Formats: sequence, C-alpha cells, structure tokens
Amino acid sequence: MNYRWNWEILLQEPYWSWIWSGLEWTLLISLSSWCVALVVGTLFGIARTASNRAVRAAADIYVGLFRNVPPLVQLFLWYSVFPEVLPEALGLWVKRDMPSPQFVTAAVAIGLFMAARVAEQVRAGIGAVGLRLLPAALATGLRPWQAYRLILLPLGLRAITKPLTSEFLITVKMSSIALTIGVLELTAESRHIENYTFQGFEAFGVATLIYLLLGLGVTGVMSLVDRYFGGDKLRRGDR
Amino acid sequence: MIEISDVSKSYGRTAVLRGCTAAVKRGEVVVVCGPSGSGKSTLIKCVNGLVPFDSGAIRVDGVSVGDKATDLPALRARIGMVFQNFELYPHMTALQNVSLAQIHVLKRSRTEADTKSRQLLARVGLADKLASRPDQLSGGQQQRVSIARALAMDPQAMLFDEPTSALDPEMVNEVLEVMQALALDGMTMMVVTHEMGFAQRVADRVLFMDGGEILEDTPKAAFFAHPSTDRARQFLAKVLSH
Ligand SMILES: Nc1ncnc2c1ncn2[C@@H]1O[C@H](COP(=O)(O)OP(=O)(O)O)[C@@H](O)[C@H]1O
Ligand SMILES: [Mg+2]
Repeated sequence: MNYRWNWEILLQEPYWSWIWSGLEWTLLISLSSWCVALVVGTLFGIARTASNRAVRAAADIYVGLFRNVPPLVQLFLWYSVFPEVLPEALGLWVKRDMPSPQFVTAAVAIGLFMAARVAEQVRAGIGAVGLRLLPAALATGLRPWQAYRLILLPLGLRAITKPLTSEFLITVKMSSIALTIGVLELTAESRHIENYTFQGFEAFGVATLIYLLLGLGVTGVMSLVDRYFGGDKLRRGDR
Repeated sequence: MIEISDVSKSYGRTAVLRGCTAAVKRGEVVVVCGPSGSGKSTLIKCVNGLVPFDSGAIRVDGVSVGDKATDLPALRARIGMVFQNFELYPHMTALQNVSLAQIHVLKRSRTEADTKSRQLLARVGLADKLASRPDQLSGGQQQRVSIARALAMDPQAMLFDEPTSALDPEMVNEVLEVMQALALDGMTMMVVTHEMGFAQRVADRVLFMDGGEILEDTPKAAFFAHPSTDRARQFLAKVLSH
C-alpha cells in the first residue's frame, strides 16, 4: 500500500477548524441529548414502577416503541415526517425557522431514544433498592411523590450509576448519526476532510482518538459521581 | 382510637381477612398473635391504609380509613408504624432518618426536627449513633432508630408488625424494653408479635388470628389462663414451649 501519510495537514487551516467545530457539535449533541434522556428517562422509569396500571402501561408503551425502532429510522421520522403531521405553520417552524433545526431535531431524537433505555435502568434501580421502602416512607405520612423524590429516586439512581455510564457512552457515539440530517459533527467533518484532502486515515484517526478521549472522560466523571453518592457502598451492602 | 368493623380482604380468590372486628381504645396495648399467614400483617397494614380492604370499615381517631375522601398521608402522619425489617433509609444517617418526615410532612425547620430527633434517639439509647448509617448499626439498633422515626411524628397510636422477628435473640430485649417504656407512657399500641413474655407483661388484651379470622379477643390474663379455642391453645403451647 503506498498511502502517503500526512498528519501535518490536520494542523492546517481550514481542516483544524473543521475538526474543532465538529467536536463542538458532537459535544453539544451528546450533552443535550443526554439531558433529554436523563429527564425523560427518569420520568418514564418512575412511571414504570407506579402502582397505577394506566400510568404503568403508558410508560411501557413508550419504552417498547422507542427502544425497538432503530434510532436512525427515528431520526428520519422526526426530521422528515414529524413536521408534516403538524399544523402547517408549526411544521414549517420546526423544519426551518426554529434555531438550528437539524441540531435540535438530532438532540431530541437521540435523547428520546436513549430515554427509553434510561427508563429501563431507572425502573430496575428503583425496583432493586427503593421500592421495598415505599410502605415505610408512606407510613410516616410522606406523599407518594415525596417518597419518590426523597428516597426511592436517590436510592435508585445511586444503584445504577454504572449502567448509566454505558448509556452516556452510547449517547456520545450515537451523536454521529446526526450527520445523516446534515449536522456537521465530528464524524461528518472527518468525512469532509477526507473528501477535500484524500487524507481520510488521518482525519478518522484523529476522530477515533477524540471519541476515545471523550469516552474516557465520561467514564471518569461518572465514577466520580458514583463515588460521591456512595453507589459502590450501596451495591456492596445488603440491599 | 382504632375501630375495625367487619373488615374483609382477599387477594384474587384467597380470602386473607374474613369479617375482622376489633377495637383498640386510647392508651390500650393490644397484642395480635397467630400462626404465620393468618393475616396479622395484612390487618395491621389496613389500619393505616397501606393495604386497601374490600369491605367493612376502619376508623382511626374518628377518621374513616377506607373513605376515598380521606387524606391518607395526613392520617398516616398521626399513626406510627414499625416494620419487621426496620426499613430504614440506607443512604441517610440515623438522625436524618428520624428528621426526614418531620421536615417534609410536619414542616418543622431542620434545626427543630434535629433537636427532636436527638431527644428521641437518646430516649431509645442511641445518643451516640446520630451520625451512623443503617449498615453501621446492629439489627436491634436499627429497629430502635425506626421506633424513633415513628415517634418523631408525635403519633396518637403506634402499630408494630413483628418488630423483633428479624433480630438475633440477644437483641430482642433492647427493643422490647423500648416498647414497654412506650406502653407505660400511655401510648396506644397495636403489636403483632410472638413474644408472649411481652404480651404477658404489657398487653391489655390479646387478639388471636387464624385463617384470616380473629378467633379470640380476650383480656390478657384470661387469654393465657384459659384460651377459649383449641387453635389458640395449640398455638400457645407451641410458642411457649421455646
Ligand atoms: N401482596 C399479596 N399478594 C397475595 N397474597 C398475599 C399478599 N400479601 C399477603 N398475602 C397472603 O395473605 C395471607 C396473609 O398474609 P399476612 O397478612 O402477611 O400474614 P401474617 O402476617 O399473619 O403472617 C398469606 O397467605 C399471604 O400469602
Ligand atoms: Mg406478617
């Protein structure tokens, strides 16, 4: 193989800026879809442990739907089909006039897909360590939402920091599908550089390295969170 | 204080409570005993609405528990409950366990709540364990924290569901002593237990349950001297033999 390696090219403009801006979009999509996933996933996870059958069924349907349709298909549905079923003016706004429509669509679509997975983890966490304390909490006069907020949820989330780390990592990697609707995130920019310079090995080499570092960063942060909340102690304990 | 009239409950096709009627007057201590599976836990959990019942009525301090309009959390705040497995919050210290509902239900300030919690933990002999988490405490200590947690709400009555059954034998007495002191203080108590010594020392009356029915509701002395049903007699012979 007579490939001519040329790493320096990545330090030249505009390629360096392309990588940098790709990284920024990747970070932005990852963090915002993770926030969506955490908030929505926690709510649906709680709903899946509810004693009310209708609430539980609705949450089960959400999780079943969003977890089983391929994320790429979901992204296309949100991007191409969703604005069409809205009232015309609103549809147009979603498609065109809201700030960064592609970015927002990607963050929401990836967030809602990941939320279904997070919901499953939250349900498992609450079920494993929290739910048995519900009668005791209610017996002291706490209202159900207080019992969840003060006891079941803090315990449930502590128990699942490890699986949540994996979900966070999946979210970061999943951000790359945003390129299919035109967001120039890290993977898209690498391809961009390859098209312009034919130095694809270098471009994707750097992208790989950046994804790896992001992953290690996420793992590090989550293990700090785990240690801070004593999740390891909780798992070792008798509950 | 607690009036249970003709309460029935089934899980699917199994009847767990059949026409149970009983009453606990203010300041009275009533011990509930009976073989495992006879419905004792279900009955006591019906009293504060943790378990819904199918028919009959329960009134606590005049409030109807089964009534849809009843504010159950508000009612539960006035009835303390102690569980077989302590059920302390594992991510909180003993002090936080006792203060939590005071702050969020009674809306006491943290300082006020913590002061009360310190007093109560001292009263159950745990003044030096305020900062300990449940996994750093023995079973007997955990159960005393859980009694303090219930007392922190200034309850009008206390429900106990086999509070010593999960304890190692050497820890049973430290918990029973706390309960006995409580009874001497005039607390209204409904206690599911197999500790017949406790019943003999503290109870006013004994309820004997079997198969979801209350077979006996007898003053303590009469219950131990001559139980009126065969099944109560057999049960007594069994629990008193060890
Ligand atoms: N949640 C439940 N679902 C189905 N059956 C139950 C449930 N809780 C209790 N039971 C049944 O009700 C009966 C009485 O249980 P319980 O009140 O716990 O008895 P005890 O406390 O006297 O041992 C038992 O046969 C038990 O299997
Ligand atoms: Mg029981």
